[in-house]
Amino acid sequence: MMHVGLEHYLAVSGALFALGLACIVLRRNALLVFMGLELNLNAANLALVAFSRYGGHAEGQVLATFIIAIAAAEVAIGLAIIVALFRRRATIVTDLLRSLKG
Amino acid sequence: MTVYDAMFWFFSLALLLCGVLVLISRDAVASALFMVLGFIFLAGLYLLLEAWFLALIQILVYAGAIMVLFLFVVMLLDFREKRRWWHGNLLGWLGAPLAVAALLAALLPVLKRAGALADAPEKWFEGTLENVMTPVFTRYLLPVEVTALILLAATIGVVVLGRKETKP
Repeated sequence: MMHVGLEHYLAVSGALFALGLACIVLRRNALLVFMGLELNLNAANLALVAFSRYGGHAEGQVLATFIIAIAAAEVAIGLAIIVALFRRRATIVTDLLRSLKG
Repeated sequence: MTVYDAMFWFFSLALLLCGVLVLISRDAVASALFMVLGFIFLAGLYLLLEAWFLALIQILVYAGAIMVLFLFVVMLLDFREKRRWWHGNLLGWLGAPLAVAALLAALLPVLKRAGALADAPEKWFEGTLENVMTPVFTRYLLPVEVTALILLAATIGVVVLGRKETKP
């Protein structure tokens, strides 16, 4: 069996991103859609850290740090939007929220 | 197979299993808890990559703060879907495999070339606090300040969004 290298980490990252994508497309609960988004961000972080490690430069991990900081802001805003949505419409099923469809 | 390889396979398979369980759990609380568990395994992968600082941040900020906020909102709303999530979502079931297949097809060339991208082992980067944070506070000082502004804007936005609606 071959040794674990950059490509193994990238494969795990791609699989995790695919799971997040499936979560976004398949789930109807807005909270679960949001969790899929978090999975995507973490998959990107894993790829960045792996590139940084094997490429021998700091930029990947610096960018991952920024992504975590921005993700915190994004989660706060997103959850506030979902709570406000729930208070107005009493549902967070994305299929039922179609007032923008015209 | 070395210990390193065994740990890699354990952490990555556990992480992907947690991802699958996030996707298929009916209960949003269970999804959030599986996600916390998955992030802890992801921190283990960071440790294997010698990204010590990011592993710490992953547990403190992601598993500790962000996912607790998630759990708080999930329990606050206490919302249950009436239909099971896999019922009557034809467009999603058609679209998801298509999207995933397109993504993996785009990734395959990168995976094939990844071996050539890796540097010699003595040049590998060790993600200590000093190595990661020195560029952040020197070359990338402006992005740090912009991030601080974004966090401030997000905080103000959450306060505005969370207010009761008042008639103008």
